[in-house]
Amino acid sequence: MRLKTFAVAAVALVAAAGSAFAQSFPSRPITMVVPFAAGGPTDTVARLVAQSMSETLGQQVVVENVGGAGGTLGAARVAKADADGYTLLLHHIGQATSATLYRKLPYNPATDFAGIGLVTDVPMTIVAKKEFPAKDLKELVAYVKANADKVTLANAGVGAASHLCGMLFMKEIGTQLTTVPYKGTGPAMNDLVGGQVDVMCDQTTNTTGQIKGGAIKAYAVTTPTKVASLPDLPTTKDAGLPGVQVAVWHGLYAPKGTPADVVQKLNGALLAALKNNTVKARFAELGTEPVSADRATPQVLDAFVKAEIERWRPIIQDAGVFAD
Amino acid sequence: MDQVFSNLALGFGAAVTPINLGLCFIGALVGTLIGVLPGLGPIATIAILLPITFYLDPLGALIMLAGIYYGAQYGGSTTAILVNMPGETSSVVTTLDGHQMARQGRAGPALAIAALGSFFAGSVATFLVALFGPLLAGIAQKFGPAEYFSLMLTGLVGATVLASGSVVKAVAMILVGLLLGSVGSDIETGEPRMTFGIPQIAEGINFTTLAVGLFGIAEILRNLEKHAEDRSVLGGRIIGLMPTWRDIKQSALPVLRGTGIGSVLGILPGNGAVLAPYASYTLEKKLSKTPSRFGKGAIEGVAGPESANNAGAQTSFIPLLTLGIPPNAVMAMMVGAMTMQGIIPGPTVMTENPTLFWGMIASMWIGNAMLVIINLPLVGIWVRLLRVPYRLLFPAILLFCCIGVYTINSSHVDVLLVALFGLVGYFLLKHGFEPAPLLLAFVLGPLLEENLRRALLIARGDPAIFITRPISAFLLLVAVGLLAVVLLPSVRKRREEVFHEED
Repeated sequence: MRLKTFAVAAVALVAAAGSAFAQSFPSRPITMVVPFAAGGPTDTVARLVAQSMSETLGQQVVVENVGGAGGTLGAARVAKADADGYTLLLHHIGQATSATLYRKLPYNPATDFAGIGLVTDVPMTIVAKKEFPAKDLKELVAYVKANADKVTLANAGVGAASHLCGMLFMKEIGTQLTTVPYKGTGPAMNDLVGGQVDVMCDQTTNTTGQIKGGAIKAYAVTTPTKVASLPDLPTTKDAGLPGVQVAVWHGLYAPKGTPADVVQKLNGALLAALKNNTVKARFAELGTEPVSADRATPQVLDAFVKAEIERWRPIIQDAGVFAD
Repeated sequence: MDQVFSNLALGFGAAVTPINLGLCFIGALVGTLIGVLPGLGPIATIAILLPITFYLDPLGALIMLAGIYYGAQYGGSTTAILVNMPGETSSVVTTLDGHQMARQGRAGPALAIAALGSFFAGSVATFLVALFGPLLAGIAQKFGPAEYFSLMLTGLVGATVLASGSVVKAVAMILVGLLLGSVGSDIETGEPRMTFGIPQIAEGINFTTLAVGLFGIAEILRNLEKHAEDRSVLGGRIIGLMPTWRDIKQSALPVLRGTGIGSVLGILPGNGAVLAPYASYTLEKKLSKTPSRFGKGAIEGVAGPESANNAGAQTSFIPLLTLGIPPNAVMAMMVGAMTMQGIIPGPTVMTENPTLFWGMIASMWIGNAMLVIINLPLVGIWVRLLRVPYRLLFPAILLFCCIGVYTINSSHVDVLLVALFGLVGYFLLKHGFEPAPLLLAFVLGPLLEENLRRALLIARGDPAIFITRPISAFLLLVAVGLLAVVLLPSVRKRREEVFHEED
């Protein structure tokens, strides 16, 4: 009982302190943790957003790369950071899949964060080596099913977006393929271009340049709508595989307990970033676009993380993979 | 051919602007400095500098980042030679003879030959990139998992040659290196191996952590056990700052061969460049009339590997520039810089952005020239640094090591591991085990395993893939040949010993 009283008092105190706090927030540079190495697609998204948010907030938003353990080390750091809005996390779909991939996660991705907003959905593309015989997605599925003992499916490692999309693809076509894991997208793409492996499903960020250069064949994009940078590419829905719906969504988070008005202020800066012309233009070149303003909210992100955890749990469990 | 020269002219036109020359200089200088500071590597530096590239035009940004990359390769050799601390995989080999030269008072010639050899190799490799880049990239694509496995296996067999002492001890070190390399998540199942529940090593032990501990910290410990007056690296005498005519004559052929080896291995997108200095060292030791000099300050052992390393550093731009595929972590960050500038890396960069493509190539040559200009005058300063009393020098080295290692992943675990590996390295030194084969095995082990498993997955478990693919079969033959070369002398020696007993 005493504990409860104390908790209530503490919350009240934090809330009171919070509102006073938000007046002056931010009074020093903000750290945006990216749980992956610098230079990767998530890092690029983070740096573009951070750049614009710095201008809006009048304080530098510094990107810090805390890589390792599939993004969980960086996320853990933010989960344990002071809930004052000065330490943020920009994470992708892995925030939801880590809940199932990792049996001993030192934090709870669904409850230990205060969402600030969704940032972008990076579409994925189903691609194959240049010499692959199939002309369209239907042919590809038929060929893959008929040659299940020959076709190889590449991915960039356990928990990578290409791994998730690959699992979903195999589930939807009801055929298990030999998956060939790589350490990162670079080497996987290299072997796809070199024709050592047959098929892959990866983010437009990684595939657009190769598709446009004619180094690989593209069959479909995995989002409900086409992407502007690849106008000839049909969606999986139109091409006959509507179940393969997956995007590498990115969200911006603060630690749980961050004062609501601070979250509000950060959300405002995020919304401004998503409207920024440079950000939009760069996102477009990456084959993506900022999410609509009604989705870039704390409420939507918090609910979305929970929904995605539930969506991926059975797929990952059926595949029987763990990352720890 | 005319086409290439007009393209190069375009490139030089773009690269030789005051701003781009300035950026090239800054990149090369910053790269040299961070390369010299033990532990601090180009990855951390480029990550810190990425936001600045926002304000530059794409070519300028890439020129600067590329300058940091090869500048760091240069600077790394300086630390390897002066204080026996390899900051990068590539400079491990340089410690073997480079540091011995420094101990003999010949740090100057070692540093100078490293700079000159690297410049020559870099210039040749740059023209290779310009002339044959796209063609070579296509050939390199023929290298699949089976070929990489065989290449790495050949490299591993060659690792025994790195040791100047007992072959048995070298093999023991290789096995320990392979074991350490297998720490981390299993690539297929994600199952953690030998991580003891420490999430910071879930993706394996960091190379820098291991190298700084085994070499640098162990070296400091060994120096500290001596009496205060003879702790200094030098016995006080410095024999010449510049290489003698004899040094240059001895180095000429190793530089040429190193350039060739480095250029070829650098093209392979699967990080083939890591093998370049090792391969060059192995070759030089085998070709030498006096292999016993190696490991005791042979200038060929510095000239060859340093040239190979720099040639590889230049040609490893080929996969990035022509295919848009980054072959290592530093290049991956350049891809990031390109995307942030709105250039999507891929095979189209060459045709859609010829100024960027050729400007970058031109800047590589300019950058290499700048490195010589920066580094030759610095030789005197670095050598003088060795005169700093050891009681002042070693705390500074320790501090820089800790900062550098911490910056890799902002992880305290890495710093603790450095301390641990330092103790291990000291133990190894005391018992006559050489850490260089361990480090090579540590680097090659994961590549060997990944490619073995990948090749077998693609071949549906049929090991014949390694001998039915011609390049792979050839590489395996080389490995067998190398094994024979390594084993025969020790077999012969044993037989001689037996004969002696019979006498």
